[in-house]
Amino acid sequence: MEILVCIKRYILAGSEFVLTADGTEIDARQLGYTLAPHEEVAVEQAIRFVEEFGGSTTVLSLGVPEAEEQMREQMAIGADRGLLLATDGSEWDPQATAAAIVDAVRAQPQAFDIIMFGAEAADSNNSQVGIRVAHALGLPIVTNVRGVSITDGVARCERVVGNNREVYEVRLPAVLTTREGLNIPRYPSVPGRIKARKKPIDTTTPAKPAAKVEKVRLIVPPNQKTGATILGNGPAAAAAAVAMMEEIGVLA
Amino acid sequence: MILVYVDHDRGTLDEPSLQALTFARGLDAEVHALAIGDAASGLAGTLGEHGVSVLHVATHAAFDDYVPQAAGRALAQLAQMTSPKAVLTTSGMRGNEVLAHAAAILDEPFAAECVEITLGSPAEVTRSRWGGNMLEVARVHRNNVLLASIPPFTVAAEPSPVACSVQTFTPELAAADTAVRVVDRVAGQAHGVSLAEAKVIVSGGRGVGAPELWGPLEDLAGLLGAALGCSRVVTSNGWRPHSEQVGQTGTKVAPDLYIAAGISGATQHIAGCKKSKTILAINIDPEAPIMTHADYAIVGDLHEVLPAIAAAIRSR
Repeated sequence: MEILVCIKRYILAGSEFVLTADGTEIDARQLGYTLAPHEEVAVEQAIRFVEEFGGSTTVLSLGVPEAEEQMREQMAIGADRGLLLATDGSEWDPQATAAAIVDAVRAQPQAFDIIMFGAEAADSNNSQVGIRVAHALGLPIVTNVRGVSITDGVARCERVVGNNREVYEVRLPAVLTTREGLNIPRYPSVPGRIKARKKPIDTTTPAKPAAKVEKVRLIVPPNQKTGATILGNGPAAAAAAVAMMEEIGVLA
Repeated sequence: MILVYVDHDRGTLDEPSLQALTFARGLDAEVHALAIGDAASGLAGTLGEHGVSVLHVATHAAFDDYVPQAAGRALAQLAQMTSPKAVLTTSGMRGNEVLAHAAAILDEPFAAECVEITLGSPAEVTRSRWGGNMLEVARVHRNNVLLASIPPFTVAAEPSPVACSVQTFTPELAAADTAVRVVDRVAGQAHGVSLAEAKVIVSGGRGVGAPELWGPLEDLAGLLGAALGCSRVVTSNGWRPHSEQVGQTGTKVAPDLYIAAGISGATQHIAGCKKSKTILAINIDPEAPIMTHADYAIVGDLHEVLPAIAAAIRSR
């Protein structure tokens, strides 16, 4: 089973954002980078499928060359190779991103049985690249997957709606987008990290088309709160807490 | 005219969908809705109350349950037939999914999570990003129709009664459009109050310390009729199920009271609880970021404070 997982290098969000002087990017000079939960579970699921059925896992990232760092992290837990679609770091909109991924998939010598994405990018929240790729490649898609098993080439997928689960079935090859909660990703081992250094990464540099959703600027929304009213210290504050609950009407 | 995709589950309206109708009236006086399947005809009364003058019902043998790509196909075809100024929905798994399918079919951009829209050429939108911790002003260069989703709670659903006529149409669907559909449902174990509907949530973070130390949270939640929540680190450690996670990658909640016990307040978590009417933070660190997002705070050890609050409620 050949599986492709599309991942992204994200700024490690702390407790607040600071923008660059021109207001178009987050000032990341003091910040680290990381993977996102919806994508980490996709990679974990891909590795589990390869353990079950054989084959290999490829991770793809569209981003700056330093996205290699995030690909190596996923190689350390079992991904076999990487495809880096190198950019200058400026943002690509969903249509441009999907088109570049479709080109990269078509350029591979082998076909993929499953192409996986996080259900939405943690930074841009566009919720659509996986669907666009599925349409372009003529593949069926199940989104927001929180449970999956494969039997006889059919993936049985669950998504969570309130307290219940909806079940979808899709014949492979297919596209799946995943949500955190699908599994708990494993941690990399030291031998895994050492092996990861030698795994192959193919780099291409796609041309960036004009954006259809063109970013003008970012705004950090003002905190609507003016600072918490301190009810007190330790257990002595309990009476004040109960008085507050009575005032806002949550105690019958 | 603005066309709004209204979601329903086998005839039961998705209440947040009404919010997009209110938002739509701010863009144009004439609002139409699309709902999928014959079971949707019964929604005309409620939708008329909320300003929908025409309810388009897509009928097809495939539409006895949710079929994402076919719904997107129906929306795309209706948009081509009726030429709305914009196609909106309330964002959520289904709304974003159906609009993304329609956008892919129409080869149009789809601006997800818009809190403001100015129609024009190009359209200008303000989008919510990073789970609501960031806003982006963007120009949308569409060919014909603007496709956009509106995050829940951007506006409150306001009634605006008009006469609503129902117009049915049958979309042309390919076999591939109906290949992926709901084939079964698995009922979850109902344990207490669900996060999404709870009026009060008692939520624990890393500061709780260990999974076996959840007793004080469970006790207080029981007293308040509250749902239990937690932060991402708690589910990543396997202390609590992911279904309890409040945050950008968990559940976004809007209770009357959110009690954040031992939660530092990373942006990932704030994205999930910032719509709460009142936030009470309980933390040993008076400088924790959660304090800047809370309305009330108690500085102290949650393992002492929560039992004291429970005792004070019991002695009322």
